[in-house]
Amino acid sequence: MSTSVVRTRRDTLGTSALRPDGGAKVQGSFAFSSDVWADNMLWGATLRSPHPYARIISIDTSEAIKIAGVETVLTAEDVPGQLTYGLIDSDQPVFASGVVRYMGEPVAAVAADHPETCRRALAAIRVEYEIFEPHVNPEDSISGSVPPIHPNGNLLRHQRIVCGDTTVTGPVVVECEYEIGMQDQAFLGLEAALAIPDSDGGGVEMIVATQWLHEDRKQIALCLGLPEEKIRLTLGGVGGAFGAREDISLQVHASLLALRTGRPIKMQYSREESFFGHVHRHPAKIWVRHHASNDGMILKIEARMVFDGGAYASTSAAVLINAVTHIQGPYRCANAVVDGFAARTNNPPCGAMRGFGVVQACFAHESQMDKLAQACGLSPVEIRLRNAMRTGDRLITGQPVESVAPVERCIRETDAIALPPQMTSSPHELSLPGGSGRTADRSHIVRGIGWGVSIKNLMYSETFDDYATARCRLENGIVTLKFATSEVGQGFVTLAPQIARSVLGVDTVIVDPMDTTIGSAGSTSASRQTWMSGGAVDGACRLVRERLFEHVALQNNLDPLQLEIDDTDIIDTRGTLRISVSKASAGVTFEETFEHHHRPTEDLDENGQGNCHVAFAFVAHRAVVDVDTELGLVKVVQIATAQDVGRALNPLSVLGQIEGGIAQGLGLAVMEEILMVNGIVKNPSFTDYLLPTALDAPDVVAVLIEEPDPQAPLGAKGVGEPPCISVTPAIAAAIRDATGRAITRVPVRPSDICL
Amino acid sequence: MRTMSETQIYSLRVNGKLRDVTDAWLGESLLYVLRERLGLPGSKGACEQGECGSCTVVMDGAAVCSCLVLAASAVGADITTIEGLTEGALTDVQQAFIDEGAVQCGFCTPGLIVAVHHLLDSTPRPSEMEVKEALSGNICRCTGYGRIFAAVTRVIEQRAQQ
Amino acid sequence: MSIHIPTSLDDALALLHELPRVQLLAGGTDFMVEVNFNKHDVHDVVALRRVTELQQWHHDATTNTVTIGAGVVYAEMEHGELATLFPALAEAARTVGSPQIRAAGTLGGNLGTSSPAGDGLPVLFALDAVVNLASHRGKRSLPIGEFMLGPKRNALTQDELVVSVSMKTTTGWQGYAKVGTRNAMVISVASASLVLDTVSGTARIALGSVGPTIIRCTQAEQWLQTHYDISARKDIDEAIATEFGLRVSQESRPIDDHRSTAQYRRHAVGVLAKRLLQRGCVQ
Repeated sequence: MSTSVVRTRRDTLGTSALRPDGGAKVQGSFAFSSDVWADNMLWGATLRSPHPYARIISIDTSEAIKIAGVETVLTAEDVPGQLTYGLIDSDQPVFASGVVRYMGEPVAAVAADHPETCRRALAAIRVEYEIFEPHVNPEDSISGSVPPIHPNGNLLRHQRIVCGDTTVTGPVVVECEYEIGMQDQAFLGLEAALAIPDSDGGGVEMIVATQWLHEDRKQIALCLGLPEEKIRLTLGGVGGAFGAREDISLQVHASLLALRTGRPIKMQYSREESFFGHVHRHPAKIWVRHHASNDGMILKIEARMVFDGGAYASTSAAVLINAVTHIQGPYRCANAVVDGFAARTNNPPCGAMRGFGVVQACFAHESQMDKLAQACGLSPVEIRLRNAMRTGDRLITGQPVESVAPVERCIRETDAIALPPQMTSSPHELSLPGGSGRTADRSHIVRGIGWGVSIKNLMYSETFDDYATARCRLENGIVTLKFATSEVGQGFVTLAPQIARSVLGVDTVIVDPMDTTIGSAGSTSASRQTWMSGGAVDGACRLVRERLFEHVALQNNLDPLQLEIDDTDIIDTRGTLRISVSKASAGVTFEETFEHHHRPTEDLDENGQGNCHVAFAFVAHRAVVDVDTELGLVKVVQIATAQDVGRALNPLSVLGQIEGGIAQGLGLAVMEEILMVNGIVKNPSFTDYLLPTALDAPDVVAVLIEEPDPQAPLGAKGVGEPPCISVTPAIAAAIRDATGRAITRVPVRPSDICL
Repeated sequence: MRTMSETQIYSLRVNGKLRDVTDAWLGESLLYVLRERLGLPGSKGACEQGECGSCTVVMDGAAVCSCLVLAASAVGADITTIEGLTEGALTDVQQAFIDEGAVQCGFCTPGLIVAVHHLLDSTPRPSEMEVKEALSGNICRCTGYGRIFAAVTRVIEQRAQQ
Repeated sequence: MSIHIPTSLDDALALLHELPRVQLLAGGTDFMVEVNFNKHDVHDVVALRRVTELQQWHHDATTNTVTIGAGVVYAEMEHGELATLFPALAEAARTVGSPQIRAAGTLGGNLGTSSPAGDGLPVLFALDAVVNLASHRGKRSLPIGEFMLGPKRNALTQDELVVSVSMKTTTGWQGYAKVGTRNAMVISVASASLVLDTVSGTARIALGSVGPTIIRCTQAEQWLQTHYDISARKDIDEAIATEFGLRVSQESRPIDDHRSTAQYRRHAVGVLAKRLLQRGCVQ
């Protein structure tokens, strides 16, 4: 009989620990924010402007309020506090007052006993508009040739970067203007919240799906004219975010309806309303000119970029900074002149979406690298290797890249991944471009290969102190963690217990609900939570460990510095003491709270110089696509990638982020675009806003490059955004390779390939 | 022939039990009735158009979008939701989704679990393309489908060994 | 406002006659989208899912006619005997929406909606389908070109419903193709169905999403019949196939919309026509 013991894996850092909420999610019992109800609750709904630009002459709610089952109808005059909100500038009205500036802008809200009653109430609200011609050309906003759409003006931000010797030229010059369309985050879990008013009307409790509880609270409090501590938010289950929940959507509306009616209010958006209810990725036009030597070394970059921020400021200013500071790509470049503009128009507001301005810049710089390669007679791999950034190289902002920068390794290891097998003579019909539409046979298909490499900043920039807070409590061998970090699907609820297990040697870790009873964790965005909230959890656990060791040391007459965690025990490294953590913590409680701050950053000066970012991550993508060149249809066959992750704290979660990000980048490359015509959204539905399906997914072969970053609290870099950034230009490049077409725009349309 | 007016009670057979629906507006979809009246919020609504599959249920042996079924017209049908698949322990499909990392935000997960069960009930050893085609009506925005395919493959292999 | 679930065709027709504003509900894949999107109120709904006469299809071998009930779902047309009889219909059925949609959507529903983007409709036109209607007054049948009159317009009177479609089987190749920008749940930008009948030596090609209704390209068909012997089943000349594609695209009448441009649609149907012909003539 064997006496060996099979140790079960302890789910510490570095293991592919499984999600603790997986059981509930696969059974359908996990409560998303749309799965919460309250007794005596009413439904809320929003009336939105059908016009992109109009003056509100009058709003008549008298017919709506008469409908049986309707409890209240609210407009701008019912906002008790600040009338506007916003992440950077508070320029966005809770309800439009006097003027609507984009199609879908909220004008009124109702509370009623059934969603159908709400619909009838909305239909009965009579709004008289004086329709104006919308201003939808950002160049007009920049040049000042159209009157201000908003008192704050039509220019949301301008940033110039001047670096090195701007007179330098090179024998090789390539230039082009690139265009990126408006992508939508299209998370599946539609906006939803339950707002419960305090009986004295002095506060509100809300269950809501969001990326940043504390920022929501701040904005809600301002608009309600109430102190922040009277607004208590609990995170409801979040069905994906990807940036679209960074701005508030229904939070103030639901709170106002709750306070006015004195009853709980449930609000949830339909898919159509969701398209209007959140910000989108900035459409952009980026002109770039590279000067290079004959052997392909970049000498200078010049660029002018215009981001259409839509009607309200949201985070356009920050998105623009990301774009201008990343336009050189992960390459050495000593000289630069860059001008970036974020403009206000009557298009829908744009803001955060995974990649945050770098997606647009990357499409431009990677397309340029291939042009350079061609001009210099080099391969796409070689041009990139020659210019690849290394740790210590500088951005065109003058900032040295202190992060580990394994760009060359990302490229080489991607290149080493086997290409997919050649197409057989009779491939499965569903694997061809066109899929079940059976539009092509084998002979119509050409295969192409393309490359993309990117750099992405991590955490917030330009002096923003986006700290994170966490609390750890150890009691009888069980750890309870508390943080306000938004779990949006990325797996922080899996990682946090792994940290506690590694630091404290426990197995059982409870994660308390995420709410505003603890300090801010910052936003789940900017690839920052593993670094920041992970750092906070790690910090809190280490403080608890210190207390635990002091306790054990005291009891055993030892120096606490001699103690260590070994698996689930505390041991004396210089003696024989071994005591389990549960025994050592029996009958005592240790609780510590820790705030993790990253190092401070700087503003950019008027020449765009300054250390404005915290850290960087890198990734390379190689795309193999099959193209039906006559019909212009594309099937992405394989994406190979090597990503600089620092340290894979949970390899399965990392792979999930990589595969999911690649799918979103693929969507931007070939099928996802919000189509605007003169300020009118033409496709606010999944019929015509196309997301990749199971039949569109490529094979993904991923290599994780683990060079732990000494700055990162756990050695791990953020992994959420890099996968969706350079995959888009890689696919575009592969289409160029297959077709010889210029492809200066994404998403690529069939007519761009075949007409 | 059955005729029902707006506020009359009707009954639906859901997960093997006859459930009463009272005081409903007749335009309500089956998805709405399941979630709002029958206490079965496992099925999710993400598009209300049949374009995402999050609301997938099995009705009279077919996997359909419950957002496109007029609830009152489903009288007499046999309906199985995600809640009806689990009887105490997780199914092998559910466990595989967890084990393979096929769940991130989880919003698409119930619809996918129902669709996978339905596929494997009718086709025990589907090919890779048959799996992809069968799941092509279920959109996932988080995972990129890689881990989902891995989960389905695992179940197919496990069941083949039994 | 009420809902009725008849179990026989006669009961359904009686309801259509008695009630002033009836909304017919088959698979719900069009109707419920409109209800969910508040496009129209729900009045008197007659749900047809239990009318057994509509759920069946049969093959009359003596007349070579197949009659498919209006309630037969697309999933049933994808495989089995129906698919063998009408491979083009099986190919079109496979492209309808998603598997979930195919389990509920019906030919009758597509005919009732009469959208030029209806996936199965080009196949019905290429097969010269006859649409069988019924009301309390009796039955009548219309060639499909006389049934579908324009975008979302058809010849149904207020008290009528579609009972079935009838098509003759053919000897020879038939196929279907649909253009869209992703590999599944493809919303049609342009589509085409080609039926080659080696017994009569005829070709029939019908286009979807490139006109106010489904377009039968009768001129291109006649041109092909005089330049290529369909009965002889020989390999097709590249030049003939290209010219055929060109002539088909000339008969299309596409428009610009948010899904695509007229220019691309015209180009695409020409390519589809050529490829379908080449596929059909492979030895």
